Amino acid sequence: MQQLLFALFTMIIGVAGCAIYFIASNWALDWIFPSKGRSGAAASRNLRRSNMIRPWLFLAPALLALTVYLVYPVIESAWLSFHGKDGQQFVGLGNYRWMAGDGEFRQSIFNNFLWLLIVPAATTFFGLIIAALTDRIWWGNIAKSLIFMPMAISFVGASVIWKFVYDYRPQGTEQIGILNAIVTYFGGTPEAWITLPFWNNVFLMVILIWIQTGFAMVILSAALRGIPEETIEAAVIDGASGLQIFFKIMVPQIWATIAVVWTTITILVLKVFDIVLAMTNGQWNTQVLANLMFNWMFRGGGDFGRGATIAMIIMILVIPIMVWNIRNAAKEMEGR
Amino acid sequence: MIGSSSRRSPLTFVVHLTVLFLVVLWTLPTAGLLISSLRDKDQIAVSGWWTALAPSKQNAVYRAPAPDTQVEQNGRYVITGNVFDGGTGTVSAFGNSVQTPDEFEAGETATLSDGVTMTVAENGDFTISSAEPMKGRRGERIFYTTSVPPQFTLDNYREVLSAQGLGQSFINSLTVAIPSTVIPILIAAFAAYALAWMKFPGRALLIALVVGLLVVPLQMSLIPLLRLYNDIGAQFGVSPKGYLGIWLAHTGFGLPLAIYLLRNYIAGLPREIMESARVDGASDFDIFVKIVLPLSFPALASFAIFQFLWTWNDLLVALVFLGSRDDQLVLTGRLVNLLGSRGGNWEILTASAFITIIVPLIVFFSLQRFLVRGLLAGSVKGG
Repeated sequence: MQQLLFALFTMIIGVAGCAIYFIASNWALDWIFPSKGRSGAAASRNLRRSNMIRPWLFLAPALLALTVYLVYPVIESAWLSFHGKDGQQFVGLGNYRWMAGDGEFRQSIFNNFLWLLIVPAATTFFGLIIAALTDRIWWGNIAKSLIFMPMAISFVGASVIWKFVYDYRPQGTEQIGILNAIVTYFGGTPEAWITLPFWNNVFLMVILIWIQTGFAMVILSAALRGIPEETIEAAVIDGASGLQIFFKIMVPQIWATIAVVWTTITILVLKVFDIVLAMTNGQWNTQVLANLMFNWMFRGGGDFGRGATIAMIIMILVIPIMVWNIRNAAKEMEGR
Repeated sequence: MIGSSSRRSPLTFVVHLTVLFLVVLWTLPTAGLLISSLRDKDQIAVSGWWTALAPSKQNAVYRAPAPDTQVEQNGRYVITGNVFDGGTGTVSAFGNSVQTPDEFEAGETATLSDGVTMTVAENGDFTISSAEPMKGRRGERIFYTTSVPPQFTLDNYREVLSAQGLGQSFINSLTVAIPSTVIPILIAAFAAYALAWMKFPGRALLIALVVGLLVVPLQMSLIPLLRLYNDIGAQFGVSPKGYLGIWLAHTGFGLPLAIYLLRNYIAGLPREIMESARVDGASDFDIFVKIVLPLSFPALASFAIFQFLWTWNDLLVALVFLGSRDDQLVLTGRLVNLLGSRGGNWEILTASAFITIIVPLIVFFSLQRFLVRGLLAGSVKGG
């Protein structure tokens, strides 16, 4: 309880500190370059000067935080990836060479590509189908809300939920995991899904698909509603079937949104960590880059060089999407 | 949407069915968790949670009173009583031996050895009768099958909140999440206004930087920041792990999204309002505080929800920047530990998991509107 009060206190201090900074710095600026009550030339010169400085006063705290927590670490990580265990000794490409030959790393990158192949595709597919279907029924909003709900659940919480679904009891005893119960009901043999080679990756992916479909659905649903009615009416008059309208008229019109959903989930997939840590911790060939990186951060007292090198690989995989996003944003700015 | 009301064909029926199937598929796992967390721990281990909603069958045994309590009625010797011994219940079947505990249906008359008959009614009343006086010191055993109504208990929650330390972790999670949500808002709002409405060289570059930082993986930041924190800790003789460090870390990591969301929103505010205020002699600071901030409430709320859900649900940042001592764990960290140490104890895992997800679920269902709006503002670009 005391701790919570401490948190609230810090929060108030933090917010008040920010407010005081903004008020005081702006007041100081007006005091140094007064524009009110001065004669024409001096006033306009002071106004011009203070207008040059003021944006930077507004931006300063944000820029400072961004620099310390994101920009500097990116540069530092790149630098560390060329250094040894404790970040002191220069090893050149040593870490990268080690990585290329490391079996666990190869396994991770293979698994990451599997995730990249399956999760964004499945999520977008389900999101699109659900968005299109729920738009046509009266209880669509309730359905959407329920499918959207897993978005609020933490990856760890979701892992517990699904571990319970996948729970395995030896054949002959009563299954308490619903998946094995269904399998045995239809006469199959129960499996320990999480240790099943190769397919266990898919069972972990199901968790992320389950969480993220709601996200895809919400965004694609809004995009579908934005399609001009006339194009659909024209297609109906021309005698197109429901499926034809969906795939030939509606989907092409929302390609841009599908791309946004796809890339957003791709980024998320590259960083997937909690699910693997909670479900298998990389055992049974389910290792992924983010979990491997976390391992090396602390394994054997922590190998910062190797950890940073694995982080660099994730970063390099993200860069194409980053460039694409920046170009899109720039294009949009020009249109304004 | 596709030819909406014009067609009332079997197709609509298929749509309803498909959506229903998907909804069930999506909610079933969570429902299983919730129901299991409320069940008795012995029951969880032996039967699926889906059986918990229907009355369950249970076999029990009752020993009838000894033969010396028999009374003579119409020339027969009779022992009567009730298998529930004063309680209530419903008997569906009964029997006389361990091998066949459900040989007879309730109400049937069973003939035992040496001319003794036994009958058990549905309400548990039994009659054992014999033409000859019954001998022996011990009464007959009556095996019966009874249906037990669904039973739910809060015991699991009591157990995890006290003994498993979930209560402490709950407070830790709140301690992490609340300041981490509030502090970035003001910082981001000022920056967003500057990027939206003030003219200065390098503005486009800064916006590009924010968009770029939006997707930088957290993994890039962990090691350098850990080193930085360790150095600062050593310099000032304080622990490098603590709440201040994690608040600032969450603030830094949340800023790109905050600035991006708020800038998009603030840039969309009508130009006339800003300009008329400026003509009236208001400074940028006044405009921001008196006009932009109040108008941006929906965007601020959207971001606050995102950031709260993200900091509450975060595991990675807490693992790295907060200690792993028992009293320092946040809910997600505690849950991962329990998964490792109590992997088979589903009564503990399900109750713990539900405690970790209850706050986000409440936030989600009460503020869904803002969440959806924020998602749309943050993602749909040029779409």
